[in-house]
Amino acid sequence: MMKLSLKSNWVIMLVFAVVVLTAPLWLTPIGANYPDLLQKFAIFGLFAIGYNILFGLTGYLSFGHAAFLGVGSYTAVWSFKLLSMNVIPAVLFSLLVSGVFALLIGYVSLRRTGIYFSILTLAFAQMSYSLAYSVLTPITNGETGLQLSLQDPRVLDAMAGVAKTEGLPSTNLFGQIMSGYPGFYFCAALLIIGFYISLKIFRSPYGLKLMAIKSNQTRMKYTGFNTRPYLLSAFVISGMYAGVAGALMAVTDPLAGAERMQWTASGEVVLMTILGGVGTLIGPLLGVGIIKYFENIFSALNEKVLHEVFSALPDGLENLVVSVTELFVGEGWHLTLGTLFMLVVIFLPGGVMEGVTRLITAGKRMLGIRASSGSAGDEK
Amino acid sequence: MSKKQTTQQQRRDFLKASAATGVAASVPLIFSKGAYAAEKFRNDPGTGKSIKFGFNVPQTGAYADEGADELRAYKLAVKHLNGEGDGGMLNTMKPMSLKGNGVLGKKVEYVTGDTQTKSDAARASAKRMIEKDGVLMITGGSSSGVAIAVQGLCQEMGTIFMTGLTHSNDTTGKDKKRYGFRHMFNAYMSGRALGPVLEKEYGTERRAYHLTADYTWGWTQEQSMKDTTEALGWKTVKTVRTPVGAGDFSQYITPVLNSGADVLILNHYGKDMINSLNQAVQFGLKDKVVNGKQFEIVVPLFSRLMAQGAGDAIKGILGSTNWNWQLKNAGTNAFVKSFGAEYGFPPSQAAHTCYVQTLLYANACEQAGTFYPPEVIRTLEDFIFDGMGNGETLYRGADHQCFKDVLVVRGNPNPTSQFDLLKVEQVVPRSKVEYDPSIFGGELGPYKV
Amino acid sequence: MDAILIQILNGLDKGGAYALIALGLTLAFGTLGVVNFAHGALFMLGAFCAVTFQQVLTISKKVKDPSITFFDAYKETPYLEIWWGDTGRAIIDYAVPLSILFAIPVMLLIGVIMERGLIKYFYKRTHAEQILVTFGLAIVIQEIVRSFFGANPLPQSAPAVVAGSAAIGSALGLSDNLVYPWWRLIYLGFSLAVIFAVFAFLKYTTFGMVVRAGMADRETVSLLGINVQKRFTIVFALAALVAGLAGVMYAPILPPDYHMGMDFLVLSFVVVVVGGMGSLGGAVAAGFLLGILQSFASMNEIKSIIPGIDQIIIYLVAVVILLVRPRGLMGREGVMED
Repeated sequence: MMKLSLKSNWVIMLVFAVVVLTAPLWLTPIGANYPDLLQKFAIFGLFAIGYNILFGLTGYLSFGHAAFLGVGSYTAVWSFKLLSMNVIPAVLFSLLVSGVFALLIGYVSLRRTGIYFSILTLAFAQMSYSLAYSVLTPITNGETGLQLSLQDPRVLDAMAGVAKTEGLPSTNLFGQIMSGYPGFYFCAALLIIGFYISLKIFRSPYGLKLMAIKSNQTRMKYTGFNTRPYLLSAFVISGMYAGVAGALMAVTDPLAGAERMQWTASGEVVLMTILGGVGTLIGPLLGVGIIKYFENIFSALNEKVLHEVFSALPDGLENLVVSVTELFVGEGWHLTLGTLFMLVVIFLPGGVMEGVTRLITAGKRMLGIRASSGSAGDEK
Repeated sequence: MSKKQTTQQQRRDFLKASAATGVAASVPLIFSKGAYAAEKFRNDPGTGKSIKFGFNVPQTGAYADEGADELRAYKLAVKHLNGEGDGGMLNTMKPMSLKGNGVLGKKVEYVTGDTQTKSDAARASAKRMIEKDGVLMITGGSSSGVAIAVQGLCQEMGTIFMTGLTHSNDTTGKDKKRYGFRHMFNAYMSGRALGPVLEKEYGTERRAYHLTADYTWGWTQEQSMKDTTEALGWKTVKTVRTPVGAGDFSQYITPVLNSGADVLILNHYGKDMINSLNQAVQFGLKDKVVNGKQFEIVVPLFSRLMAQGAGDAIKGILGSTNWNWQLKNAGTNAFVKSFGAEYGFPPSQAAHTCYVQTLLYANACEQAGTFYPPEVIRTLEDFIFDGMGNGETLYRGADHQCFKDVLVVRGNPNPTSQFDLLKVEQVVPRSKVEYDPSIFGGELGPYKV
Repeated sequence: MDAILIQILNGLDKGGAYALIALGLTLAFGTLGVVNFAHGALFMLGAFCAVTFQQVLTISKKVKDPSITFFDAYKETPYLEIWWGDTGRAIIDYAVPLSILFAIPVMLLIGVIMERGLIKYFYKRTHAEQILVTFGLAIVIQEIVRSFFGANPLPQSAPAVVAGSAAIGSALGLSDNLVYPWWRLIYLGFSLAVIFAVFAFLKYTTFGMVVRAGMADRETVSLLGINVQKRFTIVFALAALVAGLAGVMYAPILPPDYHMGMDFLVLSFVVVVVGGMGSLGGAVAAGFLLGILQSFASMNEIKSIIPGIDQIIIYLVAVVILLVRPRGLMGREGVMED
C-alpha cells in the first residue's frame, strides 16, 4: 500500500515541493541557508535535471550544454535592458532562444553518436564561448559581462509608466523584487515545475522510447523506428532547461558573462549528474548540492575558522588537526572535491544515489526484520 | 502605477523600515555627524563588539599565488588595525584617525572567499559574505573583469568594495560605481608614465607592433599605449589581438619579424604575458636590429610575481607598476618591515594595494565616526593622504580613482637576490598622469541604495 | 612567401606537440577504451619532472644580502657551479634535455601505478564513471603539484647552445628574416622521433602485435592464453611516458604551471576524435593538421577577412571534419560510438 502510494506522481511532487520550499530551514545547520546559495542550488538543480533528460535517458553525453545556459543568460539580460525588468518576458524569451539554439546545434550534432557527438557539442560550445568573450563584445560585453545600465530603453516599462530610479532598477515579478528570498522562491517554483515535467517524461512512453535508444539504438533502427526526432526533441528540451536556468541566473543577479559557456561549465553539469547518479530523478540534484556546497562553503573556511571549530581540542592536537584539515579547505577545496569524485565513483558505481538506495535497502531490511519479529503495524 | 513606484522605493528589503526617512537621505549633507545612527543599513554592526571584512581573492586558478599574497596582506592589515604586531603603516599614514583598537572601538574580523578569477564565482562569494557572514566591506580580486562584476554587485547591495588588482580604465571609467574604490593605477596612467621614459630610451622615431589580449583590459591597454607612443611620434605598424590563454604565441610573434617594426608592445597580463614574452625572446626579438635600431620589447604592466614567472626573459624590459618593495620611503619601509617579519619575504604590489585599501576604508570609518556607507564614501571621496608608499595621494571623488606617482620599472639585469627582479627606473610624478574624469564617461550612481 | 613558410613551421611545431599529447591519449583512450581525463595531468607531470630536476641541480649556496634587513634575501650560487665550475654550469645548462633521463622511469612508474591502482578497475565501467574518476584524479594531482610548486609558472630555459634562432632563410637563400628558434626545431624533431618509435614498437615487435590484436578483439586474444591485462598495463605506462616526454620538452617553450594539463586536455581530446577513435595514425595526422590550420588562421591577412577566426579555428575544423567523415580522419567503426 505504502509502496504504491509513494510511487504515485502527486505524492512525489508533494514531498519534493515541501522539501524544496523548506530548504531555508533544513539547510540552516550546515550554514547553507543564505539566499544566494539557495538560488544557486535551485538554478543548477534545474540545469542538471534538464541535462539528465538527455544524458540520463538517451545516454548521449553532451559536453556543450553550458552554451545554452549562457545564451539563456544573455537573452534574459537583453530582455531586462530592452523590454522590462519583469522576469516573465525574460524567462520566456530565454526559453525560446535557447530552444532555437539547441535545435540548430542538436540537429547538426545528433548526426553523430558516441564520442563524436560529445566532441561536436563541445566544439559548438567552445566556439560560442570564444566569440562571446572577444569579437561578439558589442552583444555580450566580453570579459566584463553584459550588465544593466541607466540608459537602457526598457520599452515595456516605459510604456507602463514605471518611474526611473536613481540607481539601477531591480528585476521583479510584477513589483516583487527578485533578489534575496523572493528570488529563491521564484527559482524554487520553476525547479518544481521542471521536476514535474521531468518526472512526467521519465514515466511516459516517450521516456521509455528514449531509454530504448540508450540500451540499443541499432536494434531500434532495424525495427524501422526513426530515433532522430526523439533524440532531437530530448536535446532541445534539455537545452531549454539550461536556457531557463541561465535566465534565472540573470533574474537573481542581472549580469551575464561569457565564462558561463566555457567547457569547464559544461563539464561541471556532467560531473554533477554523474556524481549524483545518471538517469535517476533525484541524483543530479544531489550532485548539484554537493558541488555547489563545496564551492561556496568549503572554499570559505580558513585557518581562523578551523581554529575556532577545533578549539575544544588540546593545543598541540588542535594545531595538528588544523594544519591537516587546512589542506582540504580554503584554497584546497579543489583537492577535497577531486578526492570526493574519486571516492564516490570507486565505492558507489552509480553515484551518490546508489549510496542512498543502498542505505534505504539496508534500512528496509532492518525494519523488515523488526517487523517480522514484532508487530505488523507499519502496514497501514 | 503608484503601487509600482512604492515598490521601487522599497527595492531593498533591508531598507523597508527606513522608507519614511528615504526622502531625507537625498539631502544628507546637512546632517551632522552622529545623526546617521538613525539610518538603517545592511549589516549594521550596531552595538556589536566586532565588525567583519570580506577578503575575496583568487585561491584557485592561474592567479592563486597573487591571491595568496593579497590574503597575507589583509591578515596583516587586520592585525595592525586591532593593535597587534608592529603597526605597519599605521605609524606612517597621515592624516590618520585610527587608534589601533579596531575600527570605532570594534574589533576587526574577517572572512575569506575564492573568486576563482571568474565573475560568477566572485559574485557568488561576495554575496555569501554579504548575506551570510554580514560583512561591512569587501575587497580583493586580481582581474578587471572580476573587479567590475563585484563592484556592480556591491553597488546594488550597498556594501563598499575596495578593489584589489585591477588595471583596466573601465573600473573607474565606464563602469565606475559609487560603492567601488580603486587604489591601483590604470592602463591610461601606465601609458602616460611610460611615455617620457620610452622617449628618452628609444627616441621618437620608432615603429611599434602591438600584441593585445583580446578582451576589455587588453583593448584599453592597447589604446592607451597607442595614444602615448603616437604622441611621441612613433608609428603603429600593427595591432594584433590574441586569444586569451593561447599558450603558444609563436604564430603571432613570427609576423613581427617581417613587419619592419622595431618595438614590440605586449599588452598581456599574467600567464599570457609570461608566455608571450618568453616566446618573443626565444624568437630572438631582443637581439634583433631593425631599421638600424636595437629591437625593444615593452610590457606596460608588470608585477614581481610575473617577473618571477618570466625568468631571464624579463631582464632589461621596461614596464610600469603600482608599487615596489624597494622604494625608499617611510610608508614602504614600515610595510615591508612588518610583512617581511611576518612572512619572510617582501610583499608584491598586489599585497601592497590590498593592505592600503583596507587601512583606507578603516580610516574613513573612524574619521566619519560611523559605518554608514554613504558617509564613509563621502569621507573617502577627495581624501588626500600620504605615508602609504606612493607619496601624496588623492582619492578623486569624481571617479573614485587614486592619483599618485607611478613607477616605471625595468627587469633587473643583475639581481642581487631572488627578490630583486625589478629595478625602479623612474618615479613619474602624479601631475604627469592625471586626466579629466569625463574622458571615460560612466556614472557613479547614488550614495544611498 | 616567407610568412607562409614560417607559419607552416609554426604549425608543424604546434602540430608536433598536439600529436604527441594526442598519441598518448589515444593509446589509452582509443585502444584501452578508457576516457582518461587525467591525461593532461600526465603531460603536466612530465613538465614538472623537468622543473624538479632543474631545481635539484640548482640547489644553491645562499649568501645573504646584507643590505636587506627585514627578511632574508639571498644571492644564490648552485653548488654544482661551486664544486665543478664550468662543468657544473654546463650540466645545469642542459637540465631540460638531461631531465628526460629522469622523466622516463618516473613517468613509467606513474603510469604503472595509475593503471594497477585505479584504471584497471574501470575498464568495464561506463564512460561516465571513467570521466568522473579520472577528472577527480587530475584535480588531486594538480593540487598536489600546486602545494609543492605554487601556482605561478616556473620558467625553464633551453641549453644556451640552442637558445637562439636558426637562420633558415639565409641558409636556403631566402630572406634573412626567416629565422626559427632552435629549440622549437628540436621539439619538432623530437616529437617525430617519439611518434616513429611508438609506431615501430607497435608494428614490429611481437608485443606490439599482441597489443594491436588485443585492441581489435580482447576476448579472443585472452582466450589464446595471452595475458592481455599485463600488456595493457604496459600500454598505459607507455601512454603516460609519451605524455610526460611531451611535457618535459615543452617546458622551455611554455613555462610549466600546475594548471597546464587542463589547458591542453580539451584540445587533446579534440585532436584524438578528429583523428578518429582507435587510430594512432589519425591522431598524429589530426595533430599536425590542426596545428598548421591554427597557425594559418592567426595570420593577419586571414584575421582581417574573418575576425576572430583564430579563436575558433580548431573547433570549426573539428565540426567540419566530423560532419564530412563520420569517424574522423581514420576512425575505426564501432569504437566509442555508443
